[in-house]
Amino acid sequence: MALPLSYNFRNLWTRRLTTVLTVSGMALVVFVFAAILMLANGLQKTLVETGSYDNIVVLRKGSGSEIVSGVSRDQASVVETQPEIATGSSGQKLLAKEIVVLINIPKKGTLKPSNVIVRGIEENSLLLRPQLRLVEGRLPRTGSLEVMVGSSLVKRFHNMRIDEALCCGMGDWRIVGIFDAGNTGFSSEIWGDVDQLMPAFRRPAYSSIIFRLRDSSEFRGLKDRLESDPRLTVEGKRETRYYEEQSEMMATFLRILGISITVIFSLGAIIGAMVTMYSAVANRTAEIGTLRALGYQRRSILTAFLVESLLLGFLGGLAGLFFASFMQLFTISTMNFQTFSELAFSFSITFEIVYQALLFSLVMGLVGGVLPAIRASRMNIVDALRSS
Amino acid sequence: MLILKLLFRNAFRNKLRTGLTFLGISIAILSFGLLRTVISAWYAGVDASSATRLITRNSISLVFPLPLSYKDRIRQTSGVKSVSYGTWFGGIYIEEKNFFPNLGVEPETFLDLYPEFVLQPEEREALLKDRKGFMAGRKLVEKYGWKRGDIVTLRGTFFPGNWDFVLRAVYRGKDETTDETQFLFHWDYLNETLKKTTAHPWADHVGYYIIGVTRPELASEVSSVIDSGFKNSLAETLTETEKAFQQSFVAMSGAIITAIQLVSMVVIVIILAVVANTMVMTTRERIGEYAVLKTLGFTGRHIAALVFGESLVITLIGCLLGMALTFPAAEAFSKSVGSYFPTFTIEPSTLYLDVAAGLVVAFAAAVIPCRRAIRLPIAEGLRRIG
Repeated sequence: MALPLSYNFRNLWTRRLTTVLTVSGMALVVFVFAAILMLANGLQKTLVETGSYDNIVVLRKGSGSEIVSGVSRDQASVVETQPEIATGSSGQKLLAKEIVVLINIPKKGTLKPSNVIVRGIEENSLLLRPQLRLVEGRLPRTGSLEVMVGSSLVKRFHNMRIDEALCCGMGDWRIVGIFDAGNTGFSSEIWGDVDQLMPAFRRPAYSSIIFRLRDSSEFRGLKDRLESDPRLTVEGKRETRYYEEQSEMMATFLRILGISITVIFSLGAIIGAMVTMYSAVANRTAEIGTLRALGYQRRSILTAFLVESLLLGFLGGLAGLFFASFMQLFTISTMNFQTFSELAFSFSITFEIVYQALLFSLVMGLVGGVLPAIRASRMNIVDALRSS
Repeated sequence: MLILKLLFRNAFRNKLRTGLTFLGISIAILSFGLLRTVISAWYAGVDASSATRLITRNSISLVFPLPLSYKDRIRQTSGVKSVSYGTWFGGIYIEEKNFFPNLGVEPETFLDLYPEFVLQPEEREALLKDRKGFMAGRKLVEKYGWKRGDIVTLRGTFFPGNWDFVLRAVYRGKDETTDETQFLFHWDYLNETLKKTTAHPWADHVGYYIIGVTRPELASEVSSVIDSGFKNSLAETLTETEKAFQQSFVAMSGAIITAIQLVSMVVIVIILAVVANTMVMTTRERIGEYAVLKTLGFTGRHIAALVFGESLVITLIGCLLGMALTFPAAEAFSKSVGSYFPTFTIEPSTLYLDVAAGLVVAFAAAVIPCRRAIRLPIAEGLRRIG
């Protein structure tokens, strides 16, 4: 026969202070665990959402990122003639030749400079990124020294307002619009006319070519043809895959850091639970003797103490997740090692993280409670009753 | 002396609980120490920089080059002792995860400006003679098992193609803060290859200039003279001290450092919960004893001293244990992730912070149980069982 669950609740309630201290220790560990997983997840989500599955990015072979890539004008025109490229409403090919450069801009508050991506765009660039939406001002005019900036930059960088001038590369660039591209990497970029930016930054070659596929299934064949064409030294990737690669290093770094930190921290919390449970057992020796004398079996005692310690872990897990879920309100802006540029992303919770965090907290409770519970169940009835 | 004996006896009365608490504290202090060391490793580049070196780079950002012709104009500036230059190559050795800094530099002036890179004279000679030669830090060479004369191939990202280099010299750091994981080769080799093949925009251009000034006080004056000299040119410059240059890299990943700092505070709070829990339980068990002590005429102050003293004994022993463990742990840690952090040494300030954290935990943990013990009415304490 099992002991009723209310017995466990009452025990935890009697030693309120101890319960609160143990639970808060566990809650902190779960909080750190969940927060770091949420951060890595948010980073990946931001970069994966940046790409569209049917968009193809063409880069110089082996470059791996737009920042270091270079595709010369003659190679670009070869790519442009491929038949698999979709056509837009006015009959134009849905393809954009872009350049990507980094510039230093001071951050708000500290005025410390940080790297920001400047993307030179063509008219088609906007059609290829339907998630992009103008929130203030207007689009930059083709052929003028005008730019628009992403909404994440406005919040974090100094003097990012309409009609302010950005200075870099022979000339001042007037900000005429602010765009929002949702939770994507584009929201941390500055966009201007490619034909103005290329001479200004003295770049003879494009950085990348983006186009939409006419038919998604033609990707394999097109990729093979582009990569084996002797006139070209390029590689093609789906945009989703490209952005996933840009987040890999940083997300892995965050995950490894997070998991190794929480494993060490959890040892502390497990010890906290052990201390609590051992003393719960010691304080209740007479009680355990009475229960045994009443006919409860060793197994019931073992389960009762395990349940109590699992309860501690579960409460800790719930409290930790409760506070971690508030982290979704925060946005972090830091340098992505891989692209060497500033990127804003937020904590993002998924069902998987909730489930992992709760499992983690239950494991902590279980490991902390198993030894004390065994000790409780092994007690000799007579000795236990005799102790005062 | 007697009181100390009493404190120790009390602390070890429940051996299991005290043992577990020790373990908890030492793990927390260990991870606190490691996290602090990770942060200071982040700043290693800043600490290793010299006050007499300036870095000049393109004012737009680091991905833009400066013409080689600037070298002579910079050298003419008064207060400049010597000028060296280099380019971040960014090549990949076999796989992307084998990361180490690889740069094309002008070796002769570079070695003059960086006396902390120590080379054998004959190795220096061999390096200068071979245009395809490179020098690498001791840690890097040990990691990949290279030997002198080996050919190492890097795959270029920004500079396309496969590039062969011959290991001619292995440098050692003068002290512990010197980065021993760098890969440095002849800038001339890079430049000549670029000129030979295509019209690469970086041909005859360098990534940055390193300037040695005669006296550190001249640094700001020299920087402003250089920058104003190139104002309104095709490539405007930004000159700053090496320290500021390194600091700007650290500042870019500031959010991560803040996160690690916060996490290292969290571990202290976790351990506070564990120790406080132990103290709460200890005092709860001894309520009867405290009542007896009060009956004998000891005041609340004496009892407070007993509780605080016990908490201090437990915490400090755990703390010392943790500090002792930090050293082998840091050693192991730097072996496994050495490529991310070129130097990984525990600073004395970390150890002071360990002790400070221990003291804070010891006092904070004892506050609530102490208040309980002091306020205890004698009659109630004596009446209580279990």
